[in-house]
Parts: sequence; C-alpha cells; structure tokens
Amino acid sequence: MNDLINVVDWSRGQFALTAMYHWLFVPLTLGLSVIVAVMETIYYRTRSERWLAITKFWMTLFGVNFAIGVATGIILEFEFGSNWSNYSWFVGDIFGAPLAIEGLLAFFMESTFIAVMFFGWKKVSPGFHLTATWLTAAGASISALWILVANAWMQYPVGMKFDPEQMRNVMDNFGAVVFSPVAIHKFLHAVFSGWTLAGVFVIGVSCWFLLRKRNADMARSSIKVGGCIGLAGIIMTLWSGDGSAVDVARVQPMKLAAMEGLYEGSCGQKIIAFGILNPDKTPQNDEDPYLLDISIPYGLSFLATHNPHAFVPGINDLINGVALTEAGDTVRTMSFAERIAQGRRAHEALRAFDSASAQGDTVAMNRASAELHENYASFGYGYLESPYEAVPPVDITFYAFHTMVLIGGYLFLFMILAVWAACKRPGWLKNKLVIWIGMLTVPLVWVCSEAGWVTAEVGRQPWIIQDIMPCKAAVSDISAGDVQLTFWMFAAVFTAFLAAEVCIMLRCISRGSKKDYSSSND
Amino acid sequence: MTLIECLQDYWWLLVSVLGAALVFLLFVQGGQSMLLQSMSAVERTMMVNALGRKWELTFTTLVVFGGAFFASFPLFYSTSFGGAYWLWMLILFSFIIQAVSYEFRSKPGNLFGTRTYDVFLFINGCVGCVLLGVAVGMFFFGSEFTVTKTNILDGAAPVISCWAPSHGLEAIADWRNLVLGFAILFLARTQASLYFLGAIGQDDDFHRHQRRSVLINGGIFVVLFLLSLFLLLTADGVQTSADGSMRWVSHKYLWNFLDMWPVAVLFLLGVVSVVAGILGSALCSHFRGGIWYSGIGTVVVVVCLFCVAGFNDTAYYPSLLDVSSSLTIRNSSSSLFTLEVMSWVSVITPFVIAYIAYVWKKMDHKPITPQEMENTTHKY
Repeated sequence: MNDLINVVDWSRGQFALTAMYHWLFVPLTLGLSVIVAVMETIYYRTRSERWLAITKFWMTLFGVNFAIGVATGIILEFEFGSNWSNYSWFVGDIFGAPLAIEGLLAFFMESTFIAVMFFGWKKVSPGFHLTATWLTAAGASISALWILVANAWMQYPVGMKFDPEQMRNVMDNFGAVVFSPVAIHKFLHAVFSGWTLAGVFVIGVSCWFLLRKRNADMARSSIKVGGCIGLAGIIMTLWSGDGSAVDVARVQPMKLAAMEGLYEGSCGQKIIAFGILNPDKTPQNDEDPYLLDISIPYGLSFLATHNPHAFVPGINDLINGVALTEAGDTVRTMSFAERIAQGRRAHEALRAFDSASAQGDTVAMNRASAELHENYASFGYGYLESPYEAVPPVDITFYAFHTMVLIGGYLFLFMILAVWAACKRPGWLKNKLVIWIGMLTVPLVWVCSEAGWVTAEVGRQPWIIQDIMPCKAAVSDISAGDVQLTFWMFAAVFTAFLAAEVCIMLRCISRGSKKDYSSSND
Repeated sequence: MTLIECLQDYWWLLVSVLGAALVFLLFVQGGQSMLLQSMSAVERTMMVNALGRKWELTFTTLVVFGGAFFASFPLFYSTSFGGAYWLWMLILFSFIIQAVSYEFRSKPGNLFGTRTYDVFLFINGCVGCVLLGVAVGMFFFGSEFTVTKTNILDGAAPVISCWAPSHGLEAIADWRNLVLGFAILFLARTQASLYFLGAIGQDDDFHRHQRRSVLINGGIFVVLFLLSLFLLLTADGVQTSADGSMRWVSHKYLWNFLDMWPVAVLFLLGVVSVVAGILGSALCSHFRGGIWYSGIGTVVVVVCLFCVAGFNDTAYYPSLLDVSSSLTIRNSSSSLFTLEVMSWVSVITPFVIAYIAYVWKKMDHKPITPQEMENTTHKY
C-alpha cells in the first residue's frame, strides 16, 4: 500500500513536471503563430520588405519554441498509458477519441505546413505560403481544442455510462463530451491566454530593442501587432475565466472552496483579493483560515453564480453535506461520509454483478446492475478511507489561484497601456521606465499562465476523473523506483533543453536587433 | 459479421496503415543513423536539411499511431504502455532528444554544440528504429503480462494489467525481437539512402556513395528480414475460439498466411516492390525514384504483417504468462459507439493524405543543392 501511494505521488509528480514544462512553450506557440500570421498578412498585402523581415524575425523565435514544445508534448500523451494504465482502460473508450482526433485533424496539419512556413519561401507562391502560416496557427489551436476537450472531460465527466460487463465506462454521447461548457470555457481560456502571453513576449522583446536604441521602427510595429493580439487575448481570457469560475462552482465546488481557502461558506460570500493562509488550519479544527485577508464583499458569490446573495459552500460544508438558502435556512445535501458509503455500495454491486455473470444468473445480474447504476455517481468515493481525503491541497490551490488573478488583472491594464502607447502615444515608448515595465512583464505572464494550470490540476485532487476515479486507483503496475528514475531523466533533459532554448532565443534576439529591417536579406 | 466486428476490423486496418506509414517514414531515423559517418560538411548539412523537412511527419505519425491505438484498442494501450514501461520510455526518450536537435543544432547559443545534437539524432536513429522493432516483435513473440479486470475493485492493488518486474527490458533482451528491430534499422538506413538520391542534387560522388549504401544496407536488411520471416512463420501463436477461449497453436502465423492467401500474395508483391526499389537504385545510375517503390512495398508488407497478427481469430498481443489474458481485436477494443464516432472522423483521412502529398511534391520538386544551403538563412 505504501508503495502504491509512492507510485501515485511520483506519477503525479512526473505528469506535473512534463505538463508544466510543456506549458512553458505551448502558449507561446499558440499566440506567436497568430502574431506571425498577422505580420505575414500585412506583408502579403503591402509587399513591404520591412514587414517580410519582421515576419521572419518572429518566425525564427517561433520555430525554436515550437521544437521544444513538440519534444515535451509527446511524452504527455504516452504517459496516460505508461503511468496511468488503469485510467487508460477505465475511460479509454471516451478519453482516447479526442487524442486520436487531435492527431488526425491538428498534428498532421501543423507538421505538414510548418515545413512550408520555414522552407517554402522560394518554393511556393506568397499566397500559398501565407495559407500555410495560417494553417499552422489553426493546427495549433485545433490541437489545443481536442486536448482541452479531453482535460475538461476529466473535470466534468459527461456523455458516458458504466458498462459492468466490461468493468469500464463507455461513451454514449460524443456531442456532450465535445460541447460541454467546461470544455468550451477551458479551450477559450487556454488559447486566449496564449495570445496574451505571446503579446507580452513580443512587447517585452521589442522593448529591449527600444532600450538598446536598435530598430525602433520595427519594435514599435511589433508592439502594435503584439499589443492588439495580446489585448484581444486578455479580454477573452477574462471573459472565459468568468465562465470557468461558474463551471467550477457548479461541478467542482470543492476546488472553488480550496481556491479561496474557504472552510465555512455563507450567502453573499466575500472573495479574498489578497490573503495569507493560516498554515495550522485544517478542516478538523476551528482555527481562523487566514492570517491576513483583504476581501471584497459578495465577491465570491457573484463570481461563482453571478448572484451576489447566493450561497457558496466551504470545505466543511461540502464534507458535512450542509448548504444554506438565501433566506438563511439550512439544507442537507449528501455528506462525503455518505458518498463513501454509496461508493462502496457501488463496488459491492459490481462484485455481485461479476459473480452473477460468472454463474450465468441473469436475475442477479440485473439486480446488481440496477444497484450499481443507482450508486455509480459516487463510485470513486468508494476508494477513499476518509472524507478528508477528498480535500485538495488548499495552500497550493489558494496561492496559485490568487497569483493568476492578481497578475491577470495587471496584464489587462498593461495591455491597454501598451496598445495605447503604440498607437496614440509613441513618445511613451522612449521612457525608460515604460520600457523596463514592458520587459519585466515577460516573466510575470509565464508565472500567471503556469499558476492557472496549477489551480486547475491541483485543485481537482484527489480525482483523476471527478468523483468517479481517484488518482490512486488509476496508476500502472510499476514501482516507485521506476517512476523516480524516469522523473529525474525527464527533469534533467527538459531543464537542459530549456536552458539551451533560452540561450538560443537570447542570441537570436540579440542578432535580430542588429539586423537591418528595411529589407529581408534572404 | 456484426457491425462492431466490422468496425473493429476497420480500425485494426487503420492502425495497421498508420503503423506501416510509420515504418516507411523511419527513413528519417535511418538517415540520422548515418550522420556520424565521415563526410564533408556540405554533404552533412544537405542530409540534415533533407531529413529535417520530414522529421515532423515521422514524429506526428508516431503520435497519431499511439492516439489511434488508444482510441480504438484502449486495453492494448493500458497493458502495453503501463507494462513494458522501460521499452516505451526509452523509445519516447529517444524521440524527445530528436525533436529539438534539428532546430537547435546549428543555432548560435545552443549550449551543447552541433556535435552533441548530431549525436542525439544518431541515438534516435538507431535506438528509435531498433526499439520500435522490438515493440512490434511483441505482437508476434508475446510478452509477460496478465489482465484481471476485477482488480479494479481491490483498493490496495487496483491495477488490472500486470507485467513482469523487468517491465519491458525482457522484451529488449529477446533476440527474436532484436532481429526484427535491426531489420527495421537497416530498412530505414536503406530507405534513407533512397530518399537522399531523390532529394539531394549533389555531384556524382555523393550519389555513387548513396547507391553503395543502398546495396550494403539493403543486403543486410534482406538477410535480417528473411531471418525474421523464418522466425515468424515457425512461431507459435494464440488462437481464439468462438466461445472466447484461447490456446497456443504451432505455426499460427504460417497458417494465417495460408488461410488468408490474398494477404500472402500482397505480402509477396510488397517484398518484390521493396527489392525492386533497392536493386533498381543500386544498379541503375540514373534511377532516383527507388524510395517510392521501396516505400510503397514497405507499407504493403507491414500492413500484411499486422493483418497476420490480428485477423483470422488470432490474439495480436499474446501473453506468455496467462494465455487467456492475451489481447485480441475483439476483447480489447472500444465500444461500438466510440468506434462509430471515430469511423466518421476517419473519413477525413484521404483529405489529410492528399494535402501531405501535395505539400511533399511542392517542397521536393527541386532537389536540395549546396547553393541552396549557402543562400538560405533558415537551415538546420
């Protein structure tokens, strides 16, 4: 059992490691591909050599980033099989389809047209080249769509039913899987956050050009394009983030409670704008959850339900199965202890079904099947030893969420100012303070982006499929030592490649700043 | 035959085509395995750039092959990847180091130097081919695993697919798998030379060298291929009965060829096409289209091998520990609903093949020359 827990933790760690490294590169690919496509479109329409040179400069950085994104991405798909083999069988009927479709619809498009993008300048017509650039950008976004459909399904499993004969879940409504509101909000949130990140990257690099007083025209043109895409991105990210918050409140209320460090909920619940958690607080004690908090009245109720007076449950409310009406009356919901009991009944029913099936007793099979389906909604709880196991790490979720929100708010203001400066007040871009702010925002946007994923993934623990399967029931039959070894292998390789990528990027930027952007030189 | 059986067969065929395309596209890896040989800098640059424009296609095909297997035969995905952990991790590791190497190798500031990235490409070229061959070998020569679905209800040990403690290393140590692995490596090297003949417009010396390489690598490949074929035709396989029970049958794959004679005919035609591509290129000094004869032949041969592995009531993933745990097309597939949905999506496949072919033609209609390498700013 101890080894099982170790395997689960190391497998979680390995997946988190590869996913976080992957997400360092993917949002830049998503956003920069669009920015490069817009720049090439300007070149196509104006036939200006200057825009061609600008396009090629950003395309070079895109290529460097794209390669390492591919390297970190391949392992993620296969880790579902290698480290979460039970999961792959238990829900592979549903989860595998989006991955296969992603490959067929998106990966081939990307890999085919990116070759044209980089090597086709003199081999195909300008129109065909521009089409290839847009198709590469579209391929990246289509890829994001399908992988986020798959991820959203893990957080909000719909469009399926449990088949006791095969002891697994099977899909019965593909539309429900693809068009789940969680999937749509996740897709928009992730893709547009990529636009934001790439916008900040372009602005930051261009600010460095301005600081060094090199190619100021090229830098200002890049800031205009990057700023406009980034501003559109942050507006859409905020909008879709609001939708995601409502989704989380509805389908993952425990995650929302952890995001806010909320133990006892109320109607008209305040939201923590800034806070420091009390490390001694647990669901079992009466300590104050916060050492310091600055809050906004009614904020969480409004965020979660768009109704400032609505009840938002806290961690203890969910564990104990308590809710309040707006009138202040207490309402009973199902406690986690009851859900554990219900989950165990589902397990027993499945065992009974299996025995009856072996004996060919169809009456007993039907009885067991009915019992199983009645209790299946809590199937995953049957694996838990205690209700407190269903509480995610509150501190990581809380701080990640608040980091994302605070930096996200800052980015909204930053983007407005960047676009305003580039379009209406070019003189601001000569101010060193403005230039330094532009450059220092670059690392912040990556912190914000990673924090978003940490919130989403840590906040849903212990579930690999919400309420249906905990991580500890999803692992492979491998030893903790095996996973530790591959963890460190990947950590070493990814870190080395990240260092190489950053060095190459910096060298490309440095060389690019010395280039003459009045012609393309190619 | 019921609808679900039709769809299961259809998806086995689709997975086979993807696997076959992957084996063909491994010419990229074959070319990489030659990069450390002595040659001029210009030749190396042209070879890297010729391969570099195709590496993503191979990489993508591998990923889609995995994704299609996951979607259509999830029990295989669960059993093989979770069980033969080290085999798959080593394969993936070799592809990870490939993915950055093309883009980084000649870029200033790449930290580790061009030579390091060329070594990475060489490792991927050799290890990737051999280990993928080992993975395919397990489809015929079996692996050490059991599948017990009721384990899912055991909270202390819930894993349904359990493997031998060596987790895939035993498959790498099996000489029969290695013979197949090395056959694939030398096929890939042969096809790389065939590809270079068409894609690189260098002087006669370079082409002469590539034709010699076709002859040497092709000769070794043919020997290894014949040995693999002998092992395959004399191997035992697992036969499934109508009631779902399974048993070992001697010379199962030979019987499959005899029972499915059109597959045997196609297989032979594929072999002839590969040999024609090799001999034509090695012996005729103006013939540069050998890659297509060899490539199409490879695809046909590999599809036929997958047919022999999975059709005719055969378990395509035999278990050496518990024969009843062996995986078949019937017991490891997705549900009817999922296969139907996926089949509708697969309608797009001809369109995908068409745009890949169109772009390939557009990009390769002029061979790479030293002048092109000198005059372009974006090269690997």
